[in-house]
Amino acid sequence: MRNVTLVLSDGTKFHGKSFGYEKPVAGEVVFNTAMMGYPESLTDPSYAGQLLTMTFPLVGNYGVPPFTIEKNGLPTFMESDKIYASAIIVSDYSEKYSHWNAVESLADWLKREHVPGITGIDTRELTKVLREHGVMMGKILFDDEPDNIPEADYEGVNFVDQVSCKEIIRYNEGAGKKVVLVDCGVKANIIRCLINRGVEVIRVPWNYDYTSMDVDGLFLANGPGDPDTCSDAVEIIRKYMSQSTKPICGICMGNQLLGKAAGATIYKLKYGHRSHNQPVRLVGTEKCYITSQNHGYAVDSKTLGNDWQELFVNMNDGSNEGIRHKTNPWFSSQFHPEACSGPVDTEFMFDKFVETLK
Amino acid sequence: MKDEKIKKVLLLGSGALKIGEAGEFDYSGSQALKALKEEGVETVLINPNIATVQTSEGVADQIYFLPVQPFFVEKVIAKEHPDGILLSFGGQTALNCGVELERKGILEKYNVRVLGTPVSAIMNTEDRELFVERLDEIDVKTIKSEACENIEQARKAAKDVGYPVIVRAAYALGGLGSGFADNEEELNKICEKAFSFSPQVLVEKSLKGWKEIEYEVVRDKYDNCITVCNMENFDPLGIHTGESIVIAPSQTLSNSEYHKLRALSIKIVRHIGIIGECNVQYAFDPQSEDYRVIEVNARLSRSSALASKATGYPLAFVAAKLGMGYGLFELKNSVTKTTSAFFEPALDYVVCKIPRWDLSKFRGVDKELGSSMKSVGEVMAIGRNFEEAIQKGLRMIGQGMHGFVENKELEIENIDEALREPTDKRVFVISKAMHKDYTVDQIHDLTKIDRWFLYKLKHIIDIDERLKKCNINTLDKELLREAKVYGFTDFQIARAVGLEDEYHNMHKALLVVRNLRKSYGILPVVKQIDTLAAEYPAQTNYLYVTYSGVKSDISFSNDKRNVIVLGSGAYRIGSSVEFDWCGVQALNTIRKQGYRSIMINYNPETVSTDYDMCDRLYFDELTFERVMDIIDMENPYGVIVSTGGQIPNNLAMYLDAENVPILGTAAKDIDNAEDRAKFSAMLTRNHINQPEWSALTSMADIDKFIERVGFPVLVRPSYVLSGAAMNVCSNEDELRRFLQLAANVSEDHPVVVSKFIEHAKEIEFDAVANKGEVLAYAISEHIEFAGVHSGDATIQFPPQKLYVETVRRIKRVSRQIAKDLNISGPFNIQYMARDNDILVIECNLRASRSFPFVSKVLKLNLIDLATKVMLGVPVEKPSKNLFDLDYVGIKASQFSFNRLQKADPVLGVDMSSTGEVGCLGEDTNDALLKAMLSVGQRIPKKNILLSTGGAKEKAETLDAAKMLLKHGYKLYATVGTSKYLTENGVENTLVYWPSDEGKEPQALTMLHNKQIDLVVNIPKDLTAHELSNGYKIRRAAIDLNIPLITNSRLATAFINAFCSVSPDEIEIKAWGEY
Repeated sequence: MRNVTLVLSDGTKFHGKSFGYEKPVAGEVVFNTAMMGYPESLTDPSYAGQLLTMTFPLVGNYGVPPFTIEKNGLPTFMESDKIYASAIIVSDYSEKYSHWNAVESLADWLKREHVPGITGIDTRELTKVLREHGVMMGKILFDDEPDNIPEADYEGVNFVDQVSCKEIIRYNEGAGKKVVLVDCGVKANIIRCLINRGVEVIRVPWNYDYTSMDVDGLFLANGPGDPDTCSDAVEIIRKYMSQSTKPICGICMGNQLLGKAAGATIYKLKYGHRSHNQPVRLVGTEKCYITSQNHGYAVDSKTLGNDWQELFVNMNDGSNEGIRHKTNPWFSSQFHPEACSGPVDTEFMFDKFVETLK
Repeated sequence: MKDEKIKKVLLLGSGALKIGEAGEFDYSGSQALKALKEEGVETVLINPNIATVQTSEGVADQIYFLPVQPFFVEKVIAKEHPDGILLSFGGQTALNCGVELERKGILEKYNVRVLGTPVSAIMNTEDRELFVERLDEIDVKTIKSEACENIEQARKAAKDVGYPVIVRAAYALGGLGSGFADNEEELNKICEKAFSFSPQVLVEKSLKGWKEIEYEVVRDKYDNCITVCNMENFDPLGIHTGESIVIAPSQTLSNSEYHKLRALSIKIVRHIGIIGECNVQYAFDPQSEDYRVIEVNARLSRSSALASKATGYPLAFVAAKLGMGYGLFELKNSVTKTTSAFFEPALDYVVCKIPRWDLSKFRGVDKELGSSMKSVGEVMAIGRNFEEAIQKGLRMIGQGMHGFVENKELEIENIDEALREPTDKRVFVISKAMHKDYTVDQIHDLTKIDRWFLYKLKHIIDIDERLKKCNINTLDKELLREAKVYGFTDFQIARAVGLEDEYHNMHKALLVVRNLRKSYGILPVVKQIDTLAAEYPAQTNYLYVTYSGVKSDISFSNDKRNVIVLGSGAYRIGSSVEFDWCGVQALNTIRKQGYRSIMINYNPETVSTDYDMCDRLYFDELTFERVMDIIDMENPYGVIVSTGGQIPNNLAMYLDAENVPILGTAAKDIDNAEDRAKFSAMLTRNHINQPEWSALTSMADIDKFIERVGFPVLVRPSYVLSGAAMNVCSNEDELRRFLQLAANVSEDHPVVVSKFIEHAKEIEFDAVANKGEVLAYAISEHIEFAGVHSGDATIQFPPQKLYVETVRRIKRVSRQIAKDLNISGPFNIQYMARDNDILVIECNLRASRSFPFVSKVLKLNLIDLATKVMLGVPVEKPSKNLFDLDYVGIKASQFSFNRLQKADPVLGVDMSSTGEVGCLGEDTNDALLKAMLSVGQRIPKKNILLSTGGAKEKAETLDAAKMLLKHGYKLYATVGTSKYLTENGVENTLVYWPSDEGKEPQALTMLHNKQIDLVVNIPKDLTAHELSNGYKIRRAAIDLNIPLITNSRLATAFINAFCSVSPDEIEIKAWGEY
């Protein structure tokens, strides 16, 4: 394995070895504290442009499942059509894997998809650096190619545009209720959760104007990057809300876009929430949920319009975890009720949405 | 919110430590009591286990050293009038007792509310049939199981589900009375035993080879649920989870599998209605996502203690708060102190639990592992990779292993068989097989252990092979670092590169590697366990050491205010919760004296490894290497080696050689006591008597020695704690047979042979000295005569039957020894006395097993005093005197023979008890009765079977037999005893030995028919012949759960006690009332 160095923008260096595709890469370095689910995370489009650090040290144990596609057009085990993270950073890569459903190793998959992976990194120390400093840009450099230095930007880049579908895609046609799904970088399991509830899903590009479409509801998907680069999407949501009171639901980026449409401002979290163990509380109740999360920006709930209120709040840092309209069936969550990866305790969000599609 | 009506709460403890129910319940009970105390709730504790931390002053408001049985609990309830009761912190003992109390209407009668999970929910998890019904209601799959009330039903059920089947006894802990049956014959055998423990047995299809996965779930009264931890067994289903190596978190499950089982756990816990903590165990198909729920434990368990230590999430503490009515969202994460207790810990390390067995201590015991638990303790190792964690763990179990490789070669006749049929040594058999080029696939086929674990083990082998190709000069820095990252010690590396042959001294060899790696800058770092994988800042003091890192999470002060206490390691026979108590007391005193306390220990069952107990907890190894690593970083004021039993004691000389400041008695004086020759010379110099002994290296010398002193003799190696490989030999034959075994145990040390004195009293002297002057002491006497290991003996304190002159002599001699060895700190001397002659058997310059017992009876904390002495704090001689006590304490031993199939339940010089209790009473009878009932003896109803051994023992027990007769008992006796009793006018019925087949009445038949309520069976000599008649009767008594006593002195004392004190006369007094 070739020696590599991870160089953070503040100059901090970590030395490790390459186990994935051998090319230098740059991106925003983020950490995820989930203890499993690397195939789902890597194919989550929300990681576009990021170097994903796993704080759990052992990665690759159960290999990689086959990249098969179901009849409905969705991958069986993955969250999208390819790996979106720019690289994966781990402490102890398992060269040998063991699982009944695995067809290849993580290393082979990374190489096939031209994505770098590095191991032997003190990911706990790296996480602490990111926690103290906030997320930073970083570069993975190969020690024997000191002059091969990649460049990249994260903030201000419209990653949503890069990962969103370019054409309308329909799922579960003729099933009944129709929902337009705004693809900011949607995870496959959001679509699965909708079609499993008997809904026809019309997946449209992030900036597509769907306001004239005849649908029963609107679903705003997750996606990567800074929501402030997606003002087109916000404008279209505002237009939709001005025309109709039909149901709207959003997840993650969807929460932020809905929040912006509701007048709120967005801010960047110091180091984001990326994990399977984020506690949220349903505001005004004693109900609490463990949620899966992956976001670096949050809605400033104090800036929400008068017709809106907080739906969920993060129990660790008090940040916003969801909003709702006071009268209309418009609500969203910052966390991921579709899980994949992560706990499935909040899947009821889809039930609530489908119930309102009358 | 908190229920304000609950002002006083009764907590039931788990009693003596036994296989399947050990120190983890001291930890959970202590946490619960702490949680209640924080709420201002008055607490009452019932637990006869006097060596625990939870029964220490100030932990509970009232402490009753009484049996955890409905009879006694009712009396305490009637006296104390608690508002609530906690049932889930004292293991199966407390849970069963609670179910009984509820059934008998006692809780209702006294208006005591069960806090936390209601009893109805407990019953739903405990009664297998109800359990399956409940889970059927929510479409959760269980193992197809038939509850059977007799053997015919069991046979039919087995036929229906198809062999192989597993048989379990209902309401039994740790798989007691369970087993696998491949055919009807095996089924019959298992069922007979199972029915003796429980009126119901369960016959199930066996899922051998499936993965075993556990989840720890917490639920509050608002229906909020979290899973704190999941764990995966290294050994597949078929081996009890207490017998398995366990990894947390699971390593071979995909996201979908992990969350499928997690969601199921929450669904189950909600449906059953748990409030508090609960454990769900699954069998999981290695070839699909199919699963079965094995069982649900509606209480704190061994696994929950492990999960608490593995994650830093204090399950018992939180469960107690939830029982008081809180919601999870109202509680804080105890590690970060800022985030919520409603969350699921994210680990950024892996932990590995490994059981500790002591099977070699039991003659004849079945060593194969299965569905019933045999291990006596466990360790938990933390690493940043699996290889590091398991290698640490294999060292921690303390059976002379140095990790996965570079151990003494195992002699295995048939490797395939040893892989297929697991014993306590299997993991080392895997090492051997890999060295012999078995492939991962071959080993997987034989063991069904997931290939992932085997690949990782193979990785260790590969590094080892690379090391072996080097010598110390060709060993490069990168390989050395890689070996350290994957858990190799300096010792292993030294041996792999051949330094052992060069130096003929492993300690010197490992120092060479240590110095080399230090010169390369290859040093370990310290990482924190913070429950959130560094996501939030945490001021946590819960630490481990690893080479997989570039920077320590903590900084080190150089102010010399740190004091390190070395813990006692894995619980094992001979070293158990009593040393945990000592360690915790030392930590408390260190803190009170204004020093920072640091604990190094790795036993997840303990209170000393609760990060609240000290300023810094290193959950790590107690090897010379790791202790030195920590000392190098911490640069402490001093190190305490005398409160953790023999493991730290053995390190004293090595640490001293590195100029480590050892607090208290100097290392050279410790050595003067440990080294038999030096110690003996000191005694001779001071004209103190000892049994004649000699350290001998040849058979001829041994014969010559015995010719002089005569049989019986005691044969043992030096440096032992629990009498391992020690034996009394009564004749030439036994001597030769035993020496073959002993020679295997320790080649480096000569065999020590000493004259064994029969029918002598044994006396313990526990004390604290300061610069050679005895400050405080406790003298206690064994009820049994010498020959029963002091850890197995029943001990009385203050002594009731010692001559004043004997006591005087003991005090004088002890003072002389303390002075000569210049003792500063705790120590213990064992004496033998015949008439007024006293002989010194041994002396340990450390706290002994009986320190908590005598401290609590005397109400003088000897460890507190000793720690002050060691810190150099000025102390005064306490004014307490043991001769002023107007009550008696009895310490009785708990045996776990029922779990050790085929072992001969006889006592000898080798220790075999797994735990102990200590009870107080107004006199010996009162205290003894409480103690004996606490360790599982029962007052017999009617029939007693006597075989009273040799002539001396027969005479000794004659009065007791007469007393039994007078109290209306019916006596049955085997031939010799019957004859003796008849000759002495004691009416009895002759019963035939098992060898007198066909003759009626037959002893075994009577036992099987449950016609006997108590068996007194005293072996004729001190060596047990495995297949003797006596063995068969003793073993049958154990297997059929009939009380058994094998010592004439104890039998007499017990009979005296229950004949003179009736249960209603037993005094119900709290510790504070004495």
